[in-house]
Amino acid sequence: MAFTTEERGDITLVHASGMLTMNTAPQLREVVSGAITSGARKIAVDLSGVEFIDSSGLGALVGSLKAARQAEGDLRIGGASSQVLMVLKLTNLDRVLTPHESAADAFTA
Amino acid sequence: MTRILVVRILVFLTIVLGVNYVAWRWLASVNWEAWWIAVPLVAAETYSLIDVILFGVTVWRIKKERPKEPMPDGRTVDVFIATYNEPIELVMTTARAAKAIRYPHRTWVLDDGDRPELKRAAEAAGIGYITRSPDWAGRPRHAKAGNLNNALMSTDGEFLLILDADQIPVPEILDETLPYFHDEKVALVQTPQVFSNVATGDPLGSQAPLFYGPIQEGKDGWNAAFFCGSNAVLRREALMQLGIRGYVADVEATVAEALDASATALRRARRRADALATEVLTEAYEAVRQARRELRSGVAFGELTFRVQERVRQAERRLVDRQLAAVRDDLAALGLLEPGEDETQIDLEAAVDVLASRELSPLGALGTVAATLNKIDVSRSHEAQPVLPVATISVTEDMATSMRMHASGWSSRFHSHTLAYGLAPEDLGTMLTQRLRWAQGTMQVMLKENPLFLRGLSLGQKLMYFSTMWSYLGGFATIVYIAAPVAYLCFGVMPVDAWNVDFFVRFIPFFIINQFLFLAAARGAPTWRGQQYSFALFPVWIRAVTSAVNNVWFGRELGFSVTKKTRDSEHRNQWGLVRWQIAAAVVLAVSAIVGVIRLTAGLGEPIGTFVNVVWIIFDMVILSVLVWAVRYDGYDAAQQQQQQRKEQEA
Repeated sequence: MAFTTEERGDITLVHASGMLTMNTAPQLREVVSGAITSGARKIAVDLSGVEFIDSSGLGALVGSLKAARQAEGDLRIGGASSQVLMVLKLTNLDRVLTPHESAADAFTA
Repeated sequence: MTRILVVRILVFLTIVLGVNYVAWRWLASVNWEAWWIAVPLVAAETYSLIDVILFGVTVWRIKKERPKEPMPDGRTVDVFIATYNEPIELVMTTARAAKAIRYPHRTWVLDDGDRPELKRAAEAAGIGYITRSPDWAGRPRHAKAGNLNNALMSTDGEFLLILDADQIPVPEILDETLPYFHDEKVALVQTPQVFSNVATGDPLGSQAPLFYGPIQEGKDGWNAAFFCGSNAVLRREALMQLGIRGYVADVEATVAEALDASATALRRARRRADALATEVLTEAYEAVRQARRELRSGVAFGELTFRVQERVRQAERRLVDRQLAAVRDDLAALGLLEPGEDETQIDLEAAVDVLASRELSPLGALGTVAATLNKIDVSRSHEAQPVLPVATISVTEDMATSMRMHASGWSSRFHSHTLAYGLAPEDLGTMLTQRLRWAQGTMQVMLKENPLFLRGLSLGQKLMYFSTMWSYLGGFATIVYIAAPVAYLCFGVMPVDAWNVDFFVRFIPFFIINQFLFLAAARGAPTWRGQQYSFALFPVWIRAVTSAVNNVWFGRELGFSVTKKTRDSEHRNQWGLVRWQIAAAVVLAVSAIVGVIRLTAGLGEPIGTFVNVVWIIFDMVILSVLVWAVRYDGYDAAQQQQQQRKEQEA
């Protein structure tokens, strides 16, 4: 699992790739809270490189969303593969986090 | 195979005979003239019949299958030892035994007491140590469920073995339980809780051979074996999934409620506001109304709540901007400020940032408005963690958690071989506290998330959860069983039309077959102690029901305390703990005497008196267990006495 961040205007893109599971979930939380500490408010997590996500991965997304909201910012997701979409649906998390077509457009769409 | 056949035949006979008896009671033998005792008695008998039928349904499917294929090394396991205030040495004994478990794993002490000595001891032994994160400060702690939820966030094993601080595991515990998880649907494997410090005869009824035997095996047959809080292995993925679903459900409820409350608060505030504030309030009100429309049309909560907050924030900011601009113009008019002076300009912008934050903004001044607006949020900020995998609706987190797992399609297994040995309470007071807590927790779950109405459970699973809840309602029936013979013997009031042949031919076969069913289902395990306590602790069961009702429906405190794992060295007056039972025993004894006197005086009727006196003797034999319990001095003392007796004999 690798995470890279990229600034695009006032949006911070977090690209995730590989497996977002119980082993890698804590890293995502760290990357996002790091971005918030350095001033990011609009965070878009790009899931297009994620082949597999489990509930711990979803937990990390929720934890990151909370961190963003507490800083009066927001976190959105985009580019989810079919497996990721299925898990989002299964847990009803798509009712909270809208899966956008692409993370780059998550704040404009 | 033959055993299950015998059990099933006995279940069938018990149900047929029981329904026959209770139907006859309702239809042909209620003494309606004394309805005030006759109806409660027949209702109590109906309660007991349903209890027996549910037991019969449980043991109908007794299951004891073991997986054959072992789990190869390499899966990740975290062993959690949950502690709050137990002595350090006791926790460390369990922790060292946990570390010595054969299957590769990591061991963690979850210290809710945040004790530096325990931290040092754990680290010195090479064992992980976890306490609550700072997020929990000032938020609901949720006792043991909170402790486990906190640890789930800082560990990453695929499976979790949960142990109470006193439950010493054997090294094979994971080798025996992990193989069940070859089935990808299995989320929980529960093993028995057995206690090593229980004196011969089990004076406090600590062991639960019926529950951790035929009852759990029977529930297993219906895919409804319960999580019992300790000595169980759980699949992390299942727990986390529950946590996420719970989070979404909570957000859904909170957001809808907060939007309604905000709309109301804003409407009220607008009526009383001055012109400047009215504009912000109107904008906020429009934002809230739009959010409600979006909610109804199915827009995701995340963006909807963010948009509301953004719109309100911008309105607040515009207002503050305008107010400060006015200040600046005033200052310029007074000649105190050069228009366009750079430094001050910057200062004023910083001031806008500060003054537009929710606490200081004009809306902040309208306390309820700000508070309700802040609740339109998806971060569940009233909780320490947005995701709470272990259920927090009850003081006994275990049953609610497994029930939700079953409702979302996971399976559970019961492994009937003992793999950990714990410590039971050694005095009556502690034992009573523990039983009260279990009963309260079960009642809370029944009132908050009744399994009969929980979607996703099969009919069998609903009945299995309901059966355990139903059995905790028995305290009320016991009161009736005590009152009925008193009414007859002292006042000659008959709750039954007649104690005659009609009664005996229906009641006695049912009673006897029912006892045989218990014997056959328990396979020789001692169940009498358990039967005695389920009757004798009636005040505990009643208090559990009333306190849970007060808590769930009227929001009162439960008055709940953690079970101590060590014995109280100071003796309180133990007899006071069973005052209601003593009162009942005295009333029963007096009634028996009065009944005999009335009979000799020609007032009573021989068969009726005989039946009721036998009934009273039966009640007294059951209650007698408490005499032993009150006088019990703990395991060590009991061992010593036994030793002395042996020496004297020799």
